[in-house]
Amino acid sequence: MNEKPVKLIDKKGVRLDGRKAVDLRPIKLQVGVLSNADGSAYIEHGKNKILAAAFGPREMHPKHLALADRMVLRCRYHMAPFSVQERKSPAPSRREVELSKVIRESLEPALFLELYPRTGVDVFVEVLQADGGTRCASITAAALAIADAGVPMRDLVVACAAGKVDDTIVLDLHDEEDKLGAADVPVAYMPSLDAITLLQMDGILTPVEFQKAVDMAMCGCKKIYEMQKEALKTKYMVVRDIKEKDEVEE
Amino acid sequence: MSSLITKVRLKQISQCIESGKRLDERGLHDYRQIKIEQGVIEKAEGSARIYLGKTEVLVGVKVETGEPFPDTPNEGVQTVNAELVPLASPNFEPGPPDENSIELARIVDRGIRESHAIDTEKLCIEAGKKVFVVFVDVYVLNYDGNLIDASALAAMAALMNTKMPNYEVKDGELKTKQGFIKLPMKSHPITVTIGKINNQLIIDPQLEEEQVMDSRISIAVNEKGNICAVQKGGSGYFTPQQILEASKLAQGKAAELRKKLDW
Repeated sequence: MNEKPVKLIDKKGVRLDGRKAVDLRPIKLQVGVLSNADGSAYIEHGKNKILAAAFGPREMHPKHLALADRMVLRCRYHMAPFSVQERKSPAPSRREVELSKVIRESLEPALFLELYPRTGVDVFVEVLQADGGTRCASITAAALAIADAGVPMRDLVVACAAGKVDDTIVLDLHDEEDKLGAADVPVAYMPSLDAITLLQMDGILTPVEFQKAVDMAMCGCKKIYEMQKEALKTKYMVVRDIKEKDEVEE
Repeated sequence: MSSLITKVRLKQISQCIESGKRLDERGLHDYRQIKIEQGVIEKAEGSARIYLGKTEVLVGVKVETGEPFPDTPNEGVQTVNAELVPLASPNFEPGPPDENSIELARIVDRGIRESHAIDTEKLCIEAGKKVFVVFVDVYVLNYDGNLIDASALAAMAALMNTKMPNYEVKDGELKTKQGFIKLPMKSHPITVTIGKINNQLIIDPQLEEEQVMDSRISIAVNEKGNICAVQKGGSGYFTPQQILEASKLAQGKAAELRKKLDW
């Protein structure tokens, strides 16, 4: 269809969107954005716009899916039909089924599943606009939504990708780099526990490049982790301010 | 894919691994016995059946003509599908593919696709209009753990065994000629799955080990020793150190298998 742009990174090491190899895209995080959900979060990661909502711990529905010895975490990753250039059918694609599974498995290690037998937590992720790296941004938002729902967690889960573009290992690939680049390595990480909970890769990398990409992605995760904590605190600052104002009025 | 396993058995498995052995006397980093038969289904363009211990997978390849994807007008199309057939395990049920079979198909697909195993550019008949479509169907016949490695090996063996009709293009029409040609291949990736039980890394987990393991990581390695696809699965985690260890293990094992299979 379209010819490859000659270079995704120029001679000075600047990428198409003006970033250097180790720069993240601008990220905006908001917690408690939906009033009906027990917990919710919104992320803007570059042009990605993603909403996540968490419900629970609550009684499993249907009941027969409940487990006697632990909580069940369910995740649904879903892309809105208008989130991409060509309309995406709203029916779940094979990609979405796989991503729902890997997102769930990236969040499970953070939860104390065995402390909540017979219950379930549901996490719904809606990608409103996609721009490369949606699974990572979804995990970052979903972890915040679960935390916002008040479900105890071992650590927040934060995700970020690294990859290879024009023979350089770069952080946080955007859509074009993802499609035309040589490799993509999404990583989800719990920084306080130094635990990797999601790791995928496609493309071809030498073992050394692979290691470098994983390390770089973990560095990116640590930066986003700080923003996550800030976003959680901010919500409660707002709650406190409103409460104080109410008290003064009374 | 899991079913109940008693605490006693769990303890037994972990103790076994702790002492550097497996339930079936294998070492921690040994594969079970591998046997591959090629060309077992005559009506398919290519096929292979693998026995990995008691795990049994049959892969059939069909080659048909179809339309290329708009973003790759002069490349053939590769599709992988996996069926967890109910006769393979008491826990498999009939019905549309669930997340386990979709994940399995997508891991096998990624290993083949990202290593450019099939030379898709040679499968173009008329750019933008007609190309060959290679259907790889993974059929699990007996489930005793590590479907990923078994399916990936069987899929590659089936593709290497695939013969497609010899053809020529006359006035935009496809004419088949006498004889067959081999499916054009560029690379032979090997996928190695590593499980984690009690912070120990084991290769080729069998069913009971899969039921107690924290997590797994599957790494596809090409003939140059480069990594071409990775997938972590399961509800546990890996430390960065374990990832490094796993990637080294996978490279070593892939090279060993490659030598043994003469790929």
